[in-house]
Amino acid sequence: MTTLAAALAASDGRAAGPTADEAGAPAVRVRGVRREFAGRAVLAGIDLDIAPGEFVALLGRSGSGKSTLLRILAGLDPDATGHATVPDRNAVVFQDPRLLPWARVLDNVALGLKGKGARAAAGAALAEVGLGGHERAWPATLSGGEAQRAALARALVRSPGLLLLDEPFGALDALTRIRMHTLLRDLCRRHRPAVLLVTHDVDEAILLADRVLVLTDGRLSLDEPVRLAEARHRSDREFGALRARLLAELGVTDDETDGETGEEMSIETDVGAE
Amino acid sequence: MTTAVFDGQGAGAVLDGSGGPAAPGAQAAPGTQPHRAGKPGRAAPGGGPAGRVEIALADPDRPARRPVPRGLRRLLGPVLLVALWQVGSSAGLIDSSVLAGPWTVLHTGYDLAADGTLHENLLVSLRRVALGLVLGVGAAVVLAVVAGLFRLGEDLVDAPVQILRAVPILGLVPLAILWFGIGEQVKIFLVALGTAFPVYINTFAAIRGVDARFMELARTVRLSRAAVIRRVVLPGALPGFLVGLRFALTVSWLVLVVSEQINASSGIGYLMDQARTFGQTDVIVVGLAVYGLLGLLSDALVRLLERHALAWRRGLEAT
Repeated sequence: MTTLAAALAASDGRAAGPTADEAGAPAVRVRGVRREFAGRAVLAGIDLDIAPGEFVALLGRSGSGKSTLLRILAGLDPDATGHATVPDRNAVVFQDPRLLPWARVLDNVALGLKGKGARAAAGAALAEVGLGGHERAWPATLSGGEAQRAALARALVRSPGLLLLDEPFGALDALTRIRMHTLLRDLCRRHRPAVLLVTHDVDEAILLADRVLVLTDGRLSLDEPVRLAEARHRSDREFGALRARLLAELGVTDDETDGETGEEMSIETDVGAE
Repeated sequence: MTTAVFDGQGAGAVLDGSGGPAAPGAQAAPGTQPHRAGKPGRAAPGGGPAGRVEIALADPDRPARRPVPRGLRRLLGPVLLVALWQVGSSAGLIDSSVLAGPWTVLHTGYDLAADGTLHENLLVSLRRVALGLVLGVGAAVVLAVVAGLFRLGEDLVDAPVQILRAVPILGLVPLAILWFGIGEQVKIFLVALGTAFPVYINTFAAIRGVDARFMELARTVRLSRAAVIRRVVLPGALPGFLVGLRFALTVSWLVLVVSEQINASSGIGYLMDQARTFGQTDVIVVGLAVYGLLGLLSDALVRLLERHALAWRRGLEAT
């Protein structure tokens, strides 16, 4: 395949292939995407399809390039090469809420929306994430979880065909994270965007996603559907088996899969609270 | 457990670690109540195992000392200074041709205000500063936005400005007189020039300092270029602009003082220069006081502006 600058804009996307709205066509289509930093290929040819309404989690060790792929799909990395087609309406939630501190919460959610209904729609989105009544608050007065919910509202109010989540709960405490998981699951069920969730939390991936990918050495080394019921429990045998497989793929040893060490601590808390 | 204990007698810190012989000055006082802070703290073994130290905590029954308000305390120095000045003048230690006494100054100030002289000249000075500020700050903001947002703008604007900035503004006075004569224009020009630099430099730096993550966000929500400037760049640069504005106000009074004393037929500086020829130190001090008050007032004005414009920083509701 010839190497071209990633064609990410909506108009280019239509020229390059079928639109996402066509039945059967994937919402996201990635072919041969490469990204090098100082001669090192962080992404060495990625092929990926995401169906409309599908929730895909992308796992990888830190520095594996999973956020790089997300940024390419968000149109934030013009130096990547290859082909990528995304819906013309997409939205990003970053690890930090990234609310403009000088704009009130409602104005942050409505940022970039045009038309008369924009503020009303933003208010409705805020209510949907449980922040009704905070419209006139300054972002600095919100807690970490509230700010991230506002960021989620800002993404949802755009009715995105693709929702890009870049470790959106990574900076939250364990209890807030559980609430955010539930909220995100409900919101995605209602709005049915295609979702790419970048995370390093294996349990989060299994709890939320329809399909889990693992990025290793610049390639998707594992692509596995999550065949679990809607209501997922960490105590399930299937859950544990998938978790063990994913952790092995990520190169984590057995000792750590028992949940005794630092990064898995949050999972222990999750089990207790759910 | 090793803890430093101060015995209050100046014997220094005592290490009480190994349960060794009691250190001098650190009397053992079993069963004593916690001591209030400030009283000599004592090591209290309390009958426990060796190496324990009681921490001196405040006594809840101690009557609370009512502190003198800080503002009042801060007034002490200035009041004392003015009192000394008055005493010196009254006693003839300070000659009135060197410095008029505070009471005389007050009296003169009242007279100048009563016959309208002060009022008239104050308005002239205020007008010069206001016009100069509007022109200087306006030009500076436009230049800073152009240089801050466009690469070409930076190349064209920033380098010349940085070079010109090295020239002391007051060194331009002779040239300015040749250009504008000795009328109002030269004073307004000098104020405008003097205020433009601090505003430009701070605003330019602030625009460049706007968080790149917000620019990235603007791209993901597809803000137009105009909207990026209006919603992200300008509000983000506002704190820096206000810092520049405060500097600019200080500079504006400085430039005004000098230009009014060099050649003027009105204004506070003219009043003071006139007084010099007649040796009226009281009028000069009145002029100085007026300048000082104007400086304070303009600074307070910018602070008020900051409180409202930057309410989001403190997370307060600005309504």
